Amino acid sequence: MHVEDMIERAEAIRAERAGIKHEVRVCMAASCQSSGAAAVLDALSQHCSGAGTCQVKSVGCMGLCSAGPLVAVAETAEDAPEPVLYRDVKPADAADILASIGGQPVTRRHCPTDQPFFARQRKIVLANSGIIDPDSFSGYVAVGGYVALVQALTEMTPAEVLNEVTASGLRGRGGGGYPTGLKWSTVAKMPRGQKFVICNADEGDPGAFMDRAVLESDPHRILEGMAIAAYAIGADKGYVYVRAEYPLAVERIQTAIRKARRAGFLGHHIAETEFSFDIEIRLGAGAFVCGEETALMASIEGQRGQPRPRPPYPAQAGLWGYPTLINNVETFANIAPILREGGAWFASIGTDKSKGTKVFALAGTIRNTGLIEVPMGTTLRDIIEVIGGGIPGGKAFKAVQTGGPSGGCLPADKLDIPVDYDSLRDLGTIMGSGGMIVMDEDSSMVDVARYFMEFCMTESCGKCVPCRAGTLQMHELLDRIAKAQGTRRDLALLEDLCDVVQATSLCGLGQTAPNPVLSTLRYFRNEYEERLMAAEA
Amino acid sequence: MLPNKPPLPSADKRWKLVNATMRRNGYAGQALIETLHSVQDAFGFLDETSLRFVAESLDLPPSKVFGVATFYHLFALKPKGRHACVVCTGTACYIKGAGGLVEGIEERFGVHPGETTPDDRLSVLTARCVGACGLAPAVVLDGDVLGRQTVEELANRLSGLE
Repeated sequence: MHVEDMIERAEAIRAERAGIKHEVRVCMAASCQSSGAAAVLDALSQHCSGAGTCQVKSVGCMGLCSAGPLVAVAETAEDAPEPVLYRDVKPADAADILASIGGQPVTRRHCPTDQPFFARQRKIVLANSGIIDPDSFSGYVAVGGYVALVQALTEMTPAEVLNEVTASGLRGRGGGGYPTGLKWSTVAKMPRGQKFVICNADEGDPGAFMDRAVLESDPHRILEGMAIAAYAIGADKGYVYVRAEYPLAVERIQTAIRKARRAGFLGHHIAETEFSFDIEIRLGAGAFVCGEETALMASIEGQRGQPRPRPPYPAQAGLWGYPTLINNVETFANIAPILREGGAWFASIGTDKSKGTKVFALAGTIRNTGLIEVPMGTTLRDIIEVIGGGIPGGKAFKAVQTGGPSGGCLPADKLDIPVDYDSLRDLGTIMGSGGMIVMDEDSSMVDVARYFMEFCMTESCGKCVPCRAGTLQMHELLDRIAKAQGTRRDLALLEDLCDVVQATSLCGLGQTAPNPVLSTLRYFRNEYEERLMAAEA
Repeated sequence: MLPNKPPLPSADKRWKLVNATMRRNGYAGQALIETLHSVQDAFGFLDETSLRFVAESLDLPPSKVFGVATFYHLFALKPKGRHACVVCTGTACYIKGAGGLVEGIEERFGVHPGETTPDDRLSVLTARCVGACGLAPAVVLDGDVLGRQTVEELANRLSGLE
């Protein structure tokens, strides 16, 4: 099989659908489903039957989750204008929406797409999201799917694939920001033999739902990225470790694996080459620590999800002791576009040290909650005020939290910094996996710090003392301070403990658990002082 | 049935589902978590009989099976009520008042997270983010996500359950 065959196949699929002039796309990702998208899809399908030039299809996330159920009416012609988007659609709107095709949009549900929320995004990872049917194999092939895999297998050596990924400057999207090319090269350099590829889809940060949206909207892209990685490093077996809390994502990735196998893009002799690779799903069972790579591997092995010291790194001795490559969902999602368009193209997007785009989940007290993808280096102000639409209800912005329980809170005077791995780290927070929670003046930062500490305390696996005992003590101190019963000594002790837990914990969970406290102390110390003074009075 | 495998604990057909999961994985110890998932899917929770049966079948010490079952939050060792109400306490829901929902339920129904009402009607649980942040605060009632809940609305709905 050659790249040309794939391109022909895509053209053939498109030609088959040439009779369809309009697509009515209904978002059937989890958030819109919760708002009643299934009934809307039913109603549209019923009204649409018989009209041969119009097709109703279910698609993945369109981003503006707070306005769901979302429906988009798109022309299928090459140079078609932007699709017409409808928000808060009810089944009763179905007839009107279908009747409006080719004419004026239904104004009562119309959601203009020339607003910054849509116009300011740049989509690479989410390029197919909300456009293709996630359960359709041919739908993915029609938009150029699996071309990159066939290209890698038939036209490139593993070393050339590694070079391209290294040249792209892609860094791990799970939060750490480790250079992906370097990680792949380390595993590739290990002696030939059993190796594994793992996709970390254990998206545990509360307030983050990027990976879920990608899995639900474009699952084949992940499989393609994993297969390319496996070819580059010499692995023949992969696992997707996904949270059991995401039943829809599990179902869609399962369907995708089955269909990819049947089409010959997973399993033996992929695309009629010598390369074989297969993927299995492993379900998490509700343990946040399993997002840490060594804990995740323990969980795949059927053990308690407890981390172990590194080195040896998974690249050297991972799953069952074999060299293992672990990357996050979004990292794998970037691989196919990088191979198709070239590493240099990817490296031209973003900032000096952080390349490409980043998907963020905007939530909290912000007008537009949902999923966005912007180039690295976009400022926080652009993301929150322009794309996110600012704070509703005339309230004042107070802080934005990035990086979940391992991250920190940034105040208003830091909004003009560009979002990239290094600037965020310098300010005491982290990029994290992409959760961004906006808080207004009503949120108390001491309470927020206590909330995250409670999270870390309950999620601590209990293996190492600094994390197990430290998070408990820090939570107690924070609780006392928050309830205006704390003393200056409590605050001093809290700061001491932050240092100890950060420096001596075994894994990332403990090492970063103090971050929410440290960052709120750095930028909102006055709020701690107020509680102390209240206690003294 | 392989000769060295224990007999099914009872004639209940659900054991066959559990057994099928173990067989599909070649009765390997690494399939422990998959197996516990299938026990919980079939029976709703993990009791001592099922844990012992799984331990013996996979040739693992009962202590290890118990250790894994108690490590992961998703596994329940007690039966749930007829209805399960999961309040999401992720950050976005927290900011938008999930704490109030939990307190409201405590006040109205006298159950704390992790508990079941004495009449077995309702179990209340909390979750670390169900990923429906756009609909915060969110609640998952018997598998259905309910968005933008208020204490009043939620309490009324829970009162109306059979």
